Parts: sequence; structure tokens; C-alpha cells
Amino acid sequence: MSADLALGLFLYLVSLLTMAGIYGVIAIGLNIQWGFTGLFNAGIAGFFAIGAYVSAILTTALTPSHLGGLDAPFVIGLLAAAAVAGVVGYLVGRLCIRLRSDYLAIATIGVAEIFRLILKNEIWATNGPRGISNIPRPFEVWSQPWSQLAFLGVVVLVVIVAYWLAERAGNSPWGRVMRSIRDNESAAAAIGKNVTGFRLQGFVIGSALMGLGGALAAHFFKFIGPEATEPLMTTFLVWVMLIIGGSGNNRGALLGALAVWTLWSATELLTSQLPPEWAVRATFLRIFLIGLGLQIVLQRFSKGILPEKPPKSTADDPARPIGAIQQKAPPAE
Amino acid sequence: MIEFINFYLLPGLVLGCMYALGAIGVSLLFGILRFAHFAHGDLVTLGAYFALFFVTALGFPVLLALPMAMILAAGVSIGIDRAFYKPFRKSPTIYLVIASFGVALMIRSLVQLAWGVKVESYATGFTKPLILFDMFRISDKHMWIIGLTIVIVVALHYFLSRSKLGKAMRAMADEPDLAQVSGIQTEKVVRATWIIGGGLAATAGVFLGMDTQLHTNMGWDLLLPVFAAAILGGIGSPYGAIAGGLVIGMAEELSSYPWIGDAPLLSPGYKTGVAFALMVALLIWRPSGLFRGRVFS
Repeated sequence: MSADLALGLFLYLVSLLTMAGIYGVIAIGLNIQWGFTGLFNAGIAGFFAIGAYVSAILTTALTPSHLGGLDAPFVIGLLAAAAVAGVVGYLVGRLCIRLRSDYLAIATIGVAEIFRLILKNEIWATNGPRGISNIPRPFEVWSQPWSQLAFLGVVVLVVIVAYWLAERAGNSPWGRVMRSIRDNESAAAAIGKNVTGFRLQGFVIGSALMGLGGALAAHFFKFIGPEATEPLMTTFLVWVMLIIGGSGNNRGALLGALAVWTLWSATELLTSQLPPEWAVRATFLRIFLIGLGLQIVLQRFSKGILPEKPPKSTADDPARPIGAIQQKAPPAE
Repeated sequence: MIEFINFYLLPGLVLGCMYALGAIGVSLLFGILRFAHFAHGDLVTLGAYFALFFVTALGFPVLLALPMAMILAAGVSIGIDRAFYKPFRKSPTIYLVIASFGVALMIRSLVQLAWGVKVESYATGFTKPLILFDMFRISDKHMWIIGLTIVIVVALHYFLSRSKLGKAMRAMADEPDLAQVSGIQTEKVVRATWIIGGGLAATAGVFLGMDTQLHTNMGWDLLLPVFAAAILGGIGSPYGAIAGGLVIGMAEELSSYPWIGDAPLLSPGYKTGVAFALMVALLIWRPSGLFRGRVFS
């Protein structure tokens, strides 16, 4: 094996892990919204796009083709992306959070499509359909493979922080309230929990993480255009990741992101070896098989690879046996 | 005024017809199976491409290919229901919604696999619009679309109001528990709903293909306005869905009419956004629709 090939393979592996990590951040965001809180957000692509564009506009150099020129550092871009996505999530949530699952799905898709129209039409700010290019990637002046590895390091760091926060939140009293609202809203309300407030918090945190993932993706590709926010690709793939990995379980979300992205990317590598007239067709076959795989998982293993493990109830604690009610969680709605 | 009718009102009406045809299916399915069918848009696409097959491979005229596409799409809908939705009849809605997302992706990739991604059309060439009284311009394809939609809607009305199955369907969409107690065969009604939903989706697709062109995203682009129409008309009400479709179609076209001053009220790039915005607003402030339909909780 020549050294070039080995380096190429290594770089492929690094970029695969980078993308899986970025999807992992988004999947954790969705897990907080859906897995913990039971909010059906079908507008992931919208929050992803907001994060990507905010960070892109803040960090690019001055150009006449779109808003920007602040040349802000990468970290500022990431933080602003998460903050703006969170604020937008708050506004959307304020309006839509009371809706029942599939109504919420329709509403969030509608909102995401409106975002996409804005990104396409407000050419002065976003360069319209041509998108924003020359987005700086940190460490890009380093030589390969170090620059890619360093970026992977950044992504892994973000994943670890997101995972740690989500785990801590999930096991805290806050997480228990979230699960109780998801499983039995009226019971949670009856013991005096502010149901709408808690759901809104879950929605905002999840949206911020999706924006963060979008920003990371924009810096990784060094480009973002409205087509990158195609609803079926971003939104749907993340949903598949979470469902297959196991919703309600952060480790499941990460595992799902890694597994689905590896499958997705590896099959792409395989089909690109085919002759061109077959390669295009094979892409569609690939999407079809992913869809079919999802159906099988949904019907046979509806809890995913790593099913949810609710935090230990105090009823398991022998020191406090009285008055504690062990709750078996009914299937989420 | 004449310009308003020719370039805004008539196109709005044509668009509204397509939305209405899609929305009837979405509304009935939502009422009877209790979930938002996200693959409906891709059924529209599938129907359009079925008709394309009959037009290009067998040389059928479009209007003869339409019933063929309707039958095929209805059959496919029943098959999809059996394979992917039936296992979840007793599960929380969310499984159905996710499954329908997956079905949408699967249908679309199959269409892309079979027909490719380039833009297609049923007929080449330009037909001169019909000019009535020296001022109203309407092309014959638009006449066909509006005329056939009226025929279909009247036929559907007779089916729903006169036939036993149609009444059972309305009863189930309206009050499922009562309907079941009174001995309605649920699965039979569900099958009929898919036949109607799938057939009408294919019709909408063929009309859209006649009006503009066929591309593999055409149905997905139609989906949200169709949802908007179904919600506007009140979920579970086929008549409301027709009205909703017409309102949404008109609203989209009329939004770029220069109501105030000379510039379009809304840049045409945002035309489709009108439907989305209307839909979100309705969901928030009036989820029961304009005609006070039911809201599922």
C-alpha cells in the first residue's frame, strides 16, 4: 500500500468521524427535544441552517456578495450560532410548543421552510442560492493530516461537552421533570410543574445544539448554501440516527449518529466506484435502503440499539421505601 | 381588472384545485387514521410519473393516462398501508408519522431510480390560450384541470353523502369510537380511504405535471400547502379541505399582486411562504380550521 493511499484512507476516516461527531451534536439536541421532552421537531434543518449562516456571516472576511466582514474568531462564531439558534428556538417555541405531536411537526417544518425561503431570497445577506463560501476552518494553515485532526479534536470536544451536559441534565431533577411531562403531562401539571415552561426549555436547548452542529458543519465544509439545508436530508437523517440509536439515551444518540453516518458514507464510497450511469442510480437505491432500514427498526426494535434507561427511581432506594411510586413509563406520545 | 383575472385569479384557481385534491386525501386520512401523512406529497409525485410512463412508453394522451395513474397510485397506497402503517394502528401516532417520513423518502428515491432526476413534461410545444370575449385568456389545460376537478369533487360528494361506504367513512372521520360501536368495518373504510387519497393525490400530480413540469421534488413542494389547506378546512372534513385548497391557492397567487402601489405586495420568491405562514398561524390561533372542525389532542 502506498503512503498516499494510506494517508487518503486515514483522512477519509478522520472526516467520517468529524461528520459523525457533528451529527452526534445535532442528535443529542434532538434527543433533548424528543427523547427527554417528547417534542416532535421536524424543522431540524431550519435550526441547522440558522447556526451555519450565523457563524459563516460572523467569521468570513469582508466581501460584497453577502453580509459580513467581521472576521470574528471561530469560537465567537460557534457561540453566536448556538445563541441565535436558541433565541429563534425560543420564539418558535413560544408560538408552537402547545401543539400536539404531529401538529408540532407540521408547524416546525413550515417554519424551517420559511427560513429556507428567506436564505434563498435575501441575496444581500446570504448570497442567495449560491451560498456563502470561503468560510474559515480553524487550523487550516496546518499541513494535512494535522489540520483535519485538529478540527476533529474541536468536534470531539464539542461532542463531549454536549454529551456531558445532556447526561447531567437528564439525570438531574430537571431531567426527571422532563420525562414526567413527556410520559404524563397532566400528572406533571397536577403536581405543580410548569409544563409549558419546561417544554420550552427543552426546545431551546435542543435548538441551540442544532445551531451549533450547523455552525460546525459550515466550518468543516467551508461552504454553506440553502441546498445544504434540504429538509429530508438533514432533518430526516438525524431522526433516523436517534430512532435507530435509541431515543431517550444520549449514548444511543451518539451511537446512532456514528452508525448511520458510517453506513451512509461507506455505501457512498462503494457506489462511487460504479460506472457513472450506475453511480447516480445507486445513490437513490442507497436512500431507499436507508428508508427501508428505518421501517424495519421501527417495526421490530422500536426502542433502538441502546434503549432508554431512566434514572433510578427513589423507590429503588431501600432507605426510602415509603410513599415512593415506581412508575413504568408508558410508550411516549 | 382583466389582467387581475387572467394572471392572478385564474392561476390561483388552478393551483387551488391541485391543493384541494391533495388536501381531501390528507384530511380524510388524518381524520380516520389519526396521523399527518407526510408521504402524501410523494404519492403526488408518484402519480405524476405513472402517468408519464403511459404517455411516453405507451403513447397515451395525458387525459387517458390520468385514470391509469389513479388506479396504480391507489393500489400502491393500499400496499404501503399494509406494509408500513398497519403494524402501528394501535401504537402512538408518532410511529406513524416517522414511518410516513420514511415512506416519503422511499417513494421519492424509487421515482428517481426509475425515471432519473431531470425535469420531464407530458407534452412539448406551446398551446395558444383560448380567448373569451376578447379579454379572458384561459389555456385549455387549465380548463381541463378546473373542469375535471369539479367533476371529481361532485362525484366524491355523491359517494360520501349517498353510498353506505362513504357515510361510514365520514362517520369514522367524525367520531371513530361511535362509528366502531355501530358496527362499521374499520379496515374496509381504511382501504377505501387509501383508494380515494391515493387516487386524488395522483390526480393532483398529473394536473401539476400538465400545468408545469414533472420533477422528483414536485410532490414535496406541494405537501405543506396541502397540509395548510387541510388544516384551514378543518381536519377530517373533505368539504373543508376543498375550500381550504382554493383559499390557499388563491392566497399564494394573489400575494404577489400589486395591491398597494405598483410593486408586488410580496416578492414572488416568497409565494410559497404564504401557505407556510398561513398554516403556522392557523395551527397556533385556530387549529380547528375556519369552519370549526375537530382538533385532536
